[in-house]
Amino acid sequence: MIKLKIDHKFVEVEKGTTIYHAAKKLDIDIPILCYMNLEHLDIENKPGGCRICVVEVEGRRNLAPSCSTKVDEGMVVRTNSMRVINARRTVMEFILSDHPKECLTCSKSGGCDLQDLAQQLGVREIPNEETCEMSTYRLDTSPSIIRNLDKCIMCRRCEMMCNEVQTVGALSAIHRGFEAAVGTAFEMNLEASTCTYCGQCVAVCPTAALTEVDHTPQVIRAIADPKKTVIVQTAPAVRAALGEEFGMEAGTLVTGEMVTALRNLGFDHVFDTDFAADLTIMEEGTELLGRLKKHLAGDKNVKLPMLTSCCPGWVNFFETQFPDMKDIPSTARSPQQMFGPIAKTYFADKLGIKREDMVVVSIMPCLAKKYEAQRDEFKVDGNPDVDFSITTRELAHLIKQANMDIKKLDKSDFDQPMGESSGAGVIFGTTGGVIEAALRTAYEIHTGKNLEKVDFDQLRGMEGIREATVDFDGLDLKIGIAHGLGNARKLLEDIRDGKSHYHAIEIMACPGGCIGGGGQPQHHGDSAILKKRAAALYREDAGKPIRKSHENPAIKELYETFLGEPMSEKAHHLLHTHYFDRKRKRNIGV
Amino acid sequence: MCDSKIKLKEKDIAKIKEICEFFDNKAGELISVLHRCQSEFGYLPPEIQDVVSDFMNVPVAKIYGVVTFYSFFTMKPKGKYPISICTGTACYVRGAEKVLDEFKKELNLEVGETAADGKFSLSSLRCVGACGLAPVVLVGEKTYGRVAPDDVKEILAAYEN
Repeated sequence: MIKLKIDHKFVEVEKGTTIYHAAKKLDIDIPILCYMNLEHLDIENKPGGCRICVVEVEGRRNLAPSCSTKVDEGMVVRTNSMRVINARRTVMEFILSDHPKECLTCSKSGGCDLQDLAQQLGVREIPNEETCEMSTYRLDTSPSIIRNLDKCIMCRRCEMMCNEVQTVGALSAIHRGFEAAVGTAFEMNLEASTCTYCGQCVAVCPTAALTEVDHTPQVIRAIADPKKTVIVQTAPAVRAALGEEFGMEAGTLVTGEMVTALRNLGFDHVFDTDFAADLTIMEEGTELLGRLKKHLAGDKNVKLPMLTSCCPGWVNFFETQFPDMKDIPSTARSPQQMFGPIAKTYFADKLGIKREDMVVVSIMPCLAKKYEAQRDEFKVDGNPDVDFSITTRELAHLIKQANMDIKKLDKSDFDQPMGESSGAGVIFGTTGGVIEAALRTAYEIHTGKNLEKVDFDQLRGMEGIREATVDFDGLDLKIGIAHGLGNARKLLEDIRDGKSHYHAIEIMACPGGCIGGGGQPQHHGDSAILKKRAAALYREDAGKPIRKSHENPAIKELYETFLGEPMSEKAHHLLHTHYFDRKRKRNIGV
Repeated sequence: MCDSKIKLKEKDIAKIKEICEFFDNKAGELISVLHRCQSEFGYLPPEIQDVVSDFMNVPVAKIYGVVTFYSFFTMKPKGKYPISICTGTACYVRGAEKVLDEFKKELNLEVGETAADGKFSLSSLRCVGACGLAPVVLVGEKTYGRVAPDDVKEILAAYEN
């Protein structure tokens, strides 16, 4: 143990601890900007580049960055001497010297780490501002993410997420000196790169350098158009995080309040993506049982393990990086993309309206969903199955614009029939949830027996890669789970090398699953927040009268009156998809 | 943005593979690999970076990051006689900028450009570790020390033929 003094107080910490963490133990919050600790992923971003966290160490000539300076025995540290405070303010003035001063209209205003820190440090003017040259990097807009590098402060958190956590490798630090930026290879558009739109870069960006494409203006226009019937679906993870944008404790469920808010905003029908999640289980579960049956009958050509396909970031990942394995994932569309075509056929018929007069909006914890909704295969004569996909954060903005506060709203229920869902649909929002939901249904169909205990505790948790063996009445079903694309890559490489022994694997692109999605309120690396959101979804599941997808009466009716049975021709047409080889094409002539 | 489009031949790809394998395809050897590729091909266009990325299993964005970070690497073909003027601190304070300006004037080139006839190219670099000779100019592998603007014509004349 190492003993040192910080701001006149003694503290004892383990060897190798940084000054920043030693100070934390004393409840001293040293301001940070580039530093980010993702404890749950065992990954730390500490380029030591921003110098905001500098402290004074007695006997040292220079100030030390506390995020990357380790403690020494007998060290005497001051985190708030005049010298430190002045240095921090000067550093901030430098950072702001080439940063656009458009806070009033910036999309990140109010939720910007840089703005908060400038405020905390009392920066009131930028010396010699008139001589400061502004960065003029071109704006890069993709279907999901906007890169505005003029606002980049080179904290490199996005680079860490893209490379170390997700192993996507779309972003890297490029150039040097004043030209330094975080960019793509050859500065191509994000759209042309290996980006999966998982949005984890956006989730950690301290400024508005990386933001989602804002689709709220289009949603408002649709609601205001009297000729349009506007339908909204809400993904499971949204209800477990939306409250945070209104100052509520993480893990507070605001399902009923959210429904009220959406109805007040003017949506004609407020439905639940959980309904479509139940539908996904019917299709995906049936597909899994079909592949299993063939496998058990000795069919060598059957593709196992079957991989889940409800995460569009994950779909983008294997299409760009593992296109040779594109026939392994389930062909079932994601819940968002199952909801769209059912709304625009089955429900539009019920209402007696034309497809073109219906607008389907989805509220998602996700940025990849924006891209997914725009994919050509999910359009009929140019009309998309899902018109606009907005994030949890965008919904919070809409609610605030309409001077509502989630905390003060009454609860209300989703509309019928597409608002009806089981507990299985709810847990889609967390890692392990999709496969648990699938097993609840697959078990009963496969064994013909009633599943007594619906909670598969062995599938739950936050470990990056998990596995479990589930007894399917004598058949040992081997299940793998990965969340975070870096973990997914490991399981995929095992499959490619013939080392995988699983029957089914659930993959979600974001750490934690959708609850940690790129469209959720920023968690600043606090893993406790993710755990609370997951617990909230399991709580909602446990409180539901129906907890198995195939028992959802609205789903039963949909099959009886419209689809026929799972994997029927109609179901195939509306609810399944195919994948593409989207490996970045190189220009190599041989 | 670089949009040069070249076609790599089968034997070029084989050569890149050989270089990568010489360094065991180790990501830590990326700079050495790029160094070797540049001496083989003269420059590092996107096509070469893409192939290196494939063989070494390093994202091409990272490779582009390294190529654009070090002034030694170039994505444009250099001239037969590449001229580099050191503008590191020591050379700079001893008048490297004036020397650079003289080269620009004489060759009618900007930094980073290559002459239309492919003879000379002009670049600046940051410190070659010969500060005692500041300001330093490199032409190909040859080093010129304590260069004054008046020396520029003479240096260039040695390559006229």
